[in-house]
Amino acid sequence: MFPAAAKRDGVLPGFRLGLGYTLTYLTLLVLIPLAGMILFTGQMSWGDFWATASSERALASYRVTFGASLGAAAINALFGLIVAWVLVRYPFPGKRFVDALVDLPFALPTAVAGITLATLYAENGWIGQHLAKLGIQVAFTPLGIVVALIFVTLPFVVRTLQPVIEDIEAEVEEAAATLGATRWQTFTRVLLPGIFPAWLTGFTLAFSRAIGEFGSVIFIAGNMPLISEITPLLIISKLEQYDILGATALAVVMLVISFVMLLVINLLQWWAASRHAKSRDGDAPADAADALAIAGGRP
Amino acid sequence: MNKFSSLLLAAGLALATGAHAQSNLLNVSYDVARDVYKDYNPLFEKHWKEKTGETVEIRQSHAGSSKQARAVADGLEADVVTMNQATDVDFLAEKGLVATDYAKRFPDNASPYTSTMVFIVRKGNPKGIKDWNDIAKPGAVQLIIPHPKNTGNGRYSYLAAWGYALKQPGGNDQTAQEFVGNWLKNAPLFGSGGRDATTTFMQRRIGDVLVTFESEAELIAKEFGRGGFEVVYPSLSILAEFPVAIVEKVVDKKGTRELARAYLEYLWSKEGQENAAKNYLRPRDPEVLKKYASAFPPIKTFTIDEMFGGWSKAAATHFKDGGTFDQIYAQK
Repeated sequence: MFPAAAKRDGVLPGFRLGLGYTLTYLTLLVLIPLAGMILFTGQMSWGDFWATASSERALASYRVTFGASLGAAAINALFGLIVAWVLVRYPFPGKRFVDALVDLPFALPTAVAGITLATLYAENGWIGQHLAKLGIQVAFTPLGIVVALIFVTLPFVVRTLQPVIEDIEAEVEEAAATLGATRWQTFTRVLLPGIFPAWLTGFTLAFSRAIGEFGSVIFIAGNMPLISEITPLLIISKLEQYDILGATALAVVMLVISFVMLLVINLLQWWAASRHAKSRDGDAPADAADALAIAGGRP
Repeated sequence: MNKFSSLLLAAGLALATGAHAQSNLLNVSYDVARDVYKDYNPLFEKHWKEKTGETVEIRQSHAGSSKQARAVADGLEADVVTMNQATDVDFLAEKGLVATDYAKRFPDNASPYTSTMVFIVRKGNPKGIKDWNDIAKPGAVQLIIPHPKNTGNGRYSYLAAWGYALKQPGGNDQTAQEFVGNWLKNAPLFGSGGRDATTTFMQRRIGDVLVTFESEAELIAKEFGRGGFEVVYPSLSILAEFPVAIVEKVVDKKGTRELARAYLEYLWSKEGQENAAKNYLRPRDPEVLKKYASAFPPIKTFTIDEMFGGWSKAAATHFKDGGTFDQIYAQK
């Protein structure tokens, strides 16, 4: 290649300005508020913090929040992949319209979504009455939380996957077929490695969005202590009682758990991406430690 | 940066005051008070114009009561606050924004109107719900209320049930906690707010009884028609007071003390009281109450002060972390 050119910051100038802007922007909008929050909890003693963060209701709310978010993100990962695939690969009438539908959950105020879903899935609602006959109750149970989160996070997986699937030419599949690959092999060996990193990104975005979701969930959750209370509701509950420190403590716990989970998912993604890159370069499949080292070594 | 923003602010203020050479007042209030004050403000503006010749502009801000109190504490320049619970004004008093004896600065505990908690049941009252104990029978009925810990409406319901249990023969804190525990076991869900609970009950048709403010009953009738429900007045209920106060720090700074005082005092005038009654809130003025007697059947009530020794004590005992509400749910 061209080592001289590679040493430069790039073809376009403005690296320093750009970096400075990026850092300032992120500091103002993300770092300062978060650091302020963590500093604010410094007013609490460790014992108080721990008592608040590990109370029975708080623990139950973490389970509900992270469990429902994982469930919703997983379901969306599966069905989002199908939706993205269909939208990219198959021509059908009204495709643009269906494509536009995917973005609706972004545009709708989440409270509206929550109220609508609660009404639909309530025992006398359009959908809820049929589910009730089967003995399934959705509205005002943890299942309702999952439904609301699926709705709110639907676009993430679809929208991250679409451009990646568009990049895979149909000829690649055909080539695999002519070389004797079965359909399943074509999917797992040829397509999946290419879309896996983007798929994981979509999953992560959906998951992180779901953890913080409040507006739609509280209308369908039922909000029963220990059963269907999400952590953001507990935070609001504490604020309503002017327990601002307690609310911040819960927020910090959520922040830490989210950060750790996102970090793990990101590592997984780096690993997958570098494994994919390596196997494409014709090397033997890299083991995980190797991949992590490569990921860590990247600028 | 700081200099620049203050310059910008000064310029903005100069522009604003230049454009409106009139005094203005900001009333920071709770959510469902929108209608009351929407009707009240023009009445006061007219009254003030007649009395002083001055044109005054009243601005309103509405959101959840506690959220509003926090906003004022954080610097929202409210001249007056009109809240739905004393806790919210007490919080401002603690922060030094409102006089600590605010409740004595106006008549009637500084609450120009009141309401009480009543039951909304399905037409014909098929479950025969007459009083609080009918709701506390295990599994007999489904109760719909907003979250008792997070909403003013829910807290009033909770305390009303508690107070009723205390007043029963042999009633004490232990029996009351048991009673309220049974009562809450009949709640399949907690609404996120008063209006959300109403929607769940009226539109989604979940539950047999909705406990809410008397003033909500009329709004339900307006929204859903009178055909679908009945209002049941229990034998004893709680008196919900809606305290108002002057934000001392702000009126001193803006020089609006006179205006703010007049604005709040006028709530007790015949016009102010009639306006409250028209918005289904019980007026304090006995004559006005008599005039609207058909809308306000007599009901025996107790106040938070009488039964619980004030809001801050009630909140600490029942709704703070580890309070009776948490204890009830920990037992489950």
